[in-house]
Amino acid sequence: MQAYVTDKQPAPPGSATATRLKQQRGRVEMLGERVIEVLIHLCGFSAIIFVFGIFFFVFREGAPFLAKLNLGEFLFSTEWFPTSQTHAKYGVAALIVGTLSVTSLAMVIAVPFGLGAAVFVSEFCTGKAKETLKVVIELLAAIPSVVWGFIGLTVMAPIIIKTFQVPIGVNMFNGALLLALMSVPIMVSIGEDALKAVPDSYREAAIAMGATKWQLIWRVLLPAAKNGLLAAVLLGVGRAIGETMAVLMATGHSVRIPHSIFDPVRTLTATIAAELGETSKGSDHYQSLFLIGILLFSITFVVNLAADLIVKGVRKR
Amino acid sequence: MFTETPFVRKKRRAELIAKCFFGGMAAAMVIPLILIVGYVVIQGAPSLSWDFLTTNPRLGGIRGGIWSALVGTIYIVAISLCVSAPIGVFSAVYLNEYAKDNWFTRIVNLAVVNLAGVPSIVHGLFGLGAFVYAAGMGKSILSASLTLSIMTLPVIIASTKEALSAVPISFREACWNVGATRWQTIRRIVLPNSISGILTGVILQVSRTAGETAPVMLTGVATFKAIESNGLFLYNPLTDQCMALSMHLYYIATQANNAAPSLPYAIATVLLGVVLVVNATAIGVRAYLRSRKKW
Repeated sequence: MQAYVTDKQPAPPGSATATRLKQQRGRVEMLGERVIEVLIHLCGFSAIIFVFGIFFFVFREGAPFLAKLNLGEFLFSTEWFPTSQTHAKYGVAALIVGTLSVTSLAMVIAVPFGLGAAVFVSEFCTGKAKETLKVVIELLAAIPSVVWGFIGLTVMAPIIIKTFQVPIGVNMFNGALLLALMSVPIMVSIGEDALKAVPDSYREAAIAMGATKWQLIWRVLLPAAKNGLLAAVLLGVGRAIGETMAVLMATGHSVRIPHSIFDPVRTLTATIAAELGETSKGSDHYQSLFLIGILLFSITFVVNLAADLIVKGVRKR
Repeated sequence: MFTETPFVRKKRRAELIAKCFFGGMAAAMVIPLILIVGYVVIQGAPSLSWDFLTTNPRLGGIRGGIWSALVGTIYIVAISLCVSAPIGVFSAVYLNEYAKDNWFTRIVNLAVVNLAGVPSIVHGLFGLGAFVYAAGMGKSILSASLTLSIMTLPVIIASTKEALSAVPISFREACWNVGATRWQTIRRIVLPNSISGILTGVILQVSRTAGETAPVMLTGVATFKAIESNGLFLYNPLTDQCMALSMHLYYIATQANNAAPSLPYAIATVLLGVVLVVNATAIGVRAYLRSRKKW
């Protein structure tokens, strides 16, 4: 007991031991700090490493197929018969059209509603109502995509068959509706930020001139916030293009160019998800799916880059 | 005395119409959703019970409960959290406290934004190429968790960064003035003061990880696995594949025959419940800690 207490007692200040201890502790602490700071820098760069890593590893699996493949045929042929024994064809044009058509139909639905809701939250709601609405929208954004797909399959499909008198409920319209509902929350939150960034003096000036709320919104707020709103739309587009489970379950999964919005289609993402499990590693089919992955990566990269540059432009102003 | 002229009346009517118009747009998005979620819960109710949660699925998943799927989801969430939380927080500390305003930092920020935008299925392809094959981990819980941790990294980075930048610069200056080093300032002043935002990010990461399907289905989640024991330690995280709630829902909803009609609704209800409760917790934590903020 006695020894324990003596051990813990500090050396008398000013003594040689105390100085030595202090120096030692200082050195250990400084070393610890160096290690932590190196770690922080490494983690800071990690995002770059991961983005390159994603590109590298996906490309590495798909690249050998590039040599055997006519790139023009890959991109512009609509014949996707990867499992055929004798005449395997790898043309993704129908899949690209599928992705684009579902995404654009989704945006036709989502953009007016999303931006309208953003205007409502930002300009008409105050206090408690605003907080509540924002929380609800945040919760809606959290619903997993597989649940969306399930809703499309079991709830939307019968409704669509009944309302529009069409034979199949899982089709382009169903998928687009789901994607629209999924991308609205992100549009609302980014769009609301953009509207919030419009200085109040603009609003005051408009109201002082006798503008109605309509005139204020159409002639002042929307033009002033147009870049931020465009970024909101682009982020919604990015989300819709990359979405997998919902479109896998709700678009009907048939590889062809759609003729009406009630035709079943298949997207790039759904193709990877549905077919990768059945391929063997290193086969042509397997590699072609990784090439589709690279294609998707590039598309979303461009869309996100554009959205980011636009947002940056807004902030700078 | 103010009298209402026809012009003013017209203006006020226009205002009311505008409010109804935009309110209707918001309602048109929000109300159907709430109805649909309610419908799913009501349809699933007959299958929901304590036994449903705590017994293992049998016969390819169409009988029994969802216990092993629930445990699998917990494993994946826990491991990916252990990886992405420290990396994400440190990364945000770098971006907010250390990085100078130059082209390199701009590229790092751009990389974070793009990481957030990469489609989930491409993350799955990456996990398959990098962890399952190149690193030799095989299809396992570890591969799936690592894939998800990279995918959800931007969530943590974004909310931590926002929280760090909300700490006033004067706090840091005061700390530097009494002789603290950069790291001491961060550890003692900046991080404790931004804990609410960091926690929110971490909790949001949990909810996102729990619901994700496409990446884990390529990297380590099985459609069905017969498991007898009922404990918490059903899997070896380094080598085993597991079941997961999200994948279980996909499988039962699209591929299983002869399942009780309420079964997929019940699974969807549990998944929705988990995700929404976790998110509501995040919102609650944020509101609570914000109300205690002293500046």
